[in-house]
Amino acid sequence: MTRTASTAPPPVPAAEPGPTGKQPSRHRARSGASWRDRPLRKITPWLFLLAPLALLITFTYVPVGNMIYYSFTDWDGVSPTRNYVGTENYTEIFTRPELFRVFAVSFYYLAASVVQIVIALYFAAVLSFDLRFRNLFKGILFFPYLINGVAIGFVFLYFFQDGGTLDSVLSWFGADTDHAWLGSPESANTSMAGVSVWRFTGLNFVLFLGAIQSIPGELYEAAQLDGASRWKQFRHIIAPSIRPVLSLSVILAISGSLSVFEIPYIMTGGATETSTFVIQTVKFAFQFNKTGLASACAVVLLAIILVITWIQRRLVPDEKVDLV
Amino acid sequence: MTLTAPTRRAQEQTRRPRVSTALTYLSLVVASLVVLLPLAVVFLTSLKSYGEISDGQGALALPDDWLNFSNYATAFNDGHMLQAFGNTAFILLFSITGTVIIGSMTAYAIDRFDFRFKKLVMALFLIATLVPAVTTQVATFQVVNSFGLFNTRWAPILLYMGTDIVAIYIFLQFIRGIPKSLDEAARLDGANSFTIYRKIIFPLLKPAIATVVIIKGITTYNDFYIPFLYMPAEDLGTMSTALFRFKGPFGAHWENISAGAVLVIVPTLVVFLFLQRYIYNGFAQGATK
Repeated sequence: MTRTASTAPPPVPAAEPGPTGKQPSRHRARSGASWRDRPLRKITPWLFLLAPLALLITFTYVPVGNMIYYSFTDWDGVSPTRNYVGTENYTEIFTRPELFRVFAVSFYYLAASVVQIVIALYFAAVLSFDLRFRNLFKGILFFPYLINGVAIGFVFLYFFQDGGTLDSVLSWFGADTDHAWLGSPESANTSMAGVSVWRFTGLNFVLFLGAIQSIPGELYEAAQLDGASRWKQFRHIIAPSIRPVLSLSVILAISGSLSVFEIPYIMTGGATETSTFVIQTVKFAFQFNKTGLASACAVVLLAIILVITWIQRRLVPDEKVDLV
Repeated sequence: MTLTAPTRRAQEQTRRPRVSTALTYLSLVVASLVVLLPLAVVFLTSLKSYGEISDGQGALALPDDWLNFSNYATAFNDGHMLQAFGNTAFILLFSITGTVIIGSMTAYAIDRFDFRFKKLVMALFLIATLVPAVTTQVATFQVVNSFGLFNTRWAPILLYMGTDIVAIYIFLQFIRGIPKSLDEAARLDGANSFTIYRKIIFPLLKPAIATVVIIKGITTYNDFYIPFLYMPAEDLGTMSTALFRFKGPFGAHWENISAGAVLVIVPTLVVFLFLQRYIYNGFAQGATK
């Protein structure tokens, strides 16, 4: 409806926002009366919000509502009829241990996130100092985050393959392994958690680096004059200033490891006990046509994530929650 | 932010840092190798022939012919990469344009107007960020399906457009920095709200638009879940799903699969090399909202 906006040539040079006092409009001055008109003024913001709100409600709130409704039915996703079954789906989730066990897989990814955050912190601290090839290292560390997930999946399928990259590297060091990296549940989950570290460390790293670099340089100078070691500088200057980003990373790590999907789905399809809760839900919904049960699973996951977010907001009150 | 040691301690400090500097560089080099090795090997593999791969030389052996691009031809043709590229470009064009317009309109309305239920509207957007999209697809699928959009390129376009709250935050933060006196001056000149949005706010948002375009572009290009779910038709592959499907028939032909993966990675690499600075800032802003 407002496509014209994107094509209109900008009449005002994009100056830095500042009180430059430009007179932007060349329109002849009409009276401002129409604007002061109450009804028009009232509906104007709604005209702007019409499309955004329609999309938001259609694709976020209606699905959430429907999902809760489906979760109390035995619907298969296709047939016109669905029966109300009460809390049967939920009972099934909580009483069939094999349905809930997939959450155990999340612990691999949670452990991976801890490793990931520690590595990211280390490199952010190191690269906040002036080093040779700093930008090159920064680019290399960040790049994996930008790569397509399917491509990453295939790169690492080959990496872990029998006689693939990892085996070849290990044989350089004399370790001749015949280990099927994706063969046993434990090894497969560990390997894929490793892939997740490889993929996501870059984002944490750039976030931490940005936070560290926003610390004014005088603070370090003052600390150095006082004879503070690098470790002390890290503890007393760097650590406090990255706390908001750190807490954000922790919450992303937790909700991320609960909703892992791409890497295991692409690499193993959820075989050898690498299935995650989301993979299981997707299979219920789109392979076994158990929309009711899948919806219940999704509601449970949503509830868990909301609770965790709520706890985090309580523990670390209003950092960065500055919408208003 | 150079950390030159203060002079009075300069002497005793020169020796110790040398060791620690060496260790620092060592850790950086090791990390770089860990990042680059898997990618480099896939690149090497993509230049090999099937014979070279299966003769047991190991994955790190160099290809015999550095100019053997036949695997790329196979991946490009049999993987329907051109079609995938077209579909991805189509989706990117519409979803990015839509996100920019919708996001900036929302931010404009929220920041520049006082209206009833404003708090409620903001809460709606805020709460939506907490709902992970992966969980709701079970029901979103039914909504999309009921619109008859299943297996069309409009399904992902609408979903990408409708759920991008990060973009709204980025615009909102930026719009706050645009002085309201500009609006008021224009209003005195008789401009209406839409004109103000179109001729003053929108052009001034350029840096924020650049950020949103980059983040949105890269995440859309990389997304697998949504096109996989909503566009199973053979001719509707995107870069992600086309690569995913390509592996099926070429199961053990790692030289072909590697070439396919490289084809998907190269555009990202090119964009990254050209837009590095914007990308770092963009993702940092996007993640912290």
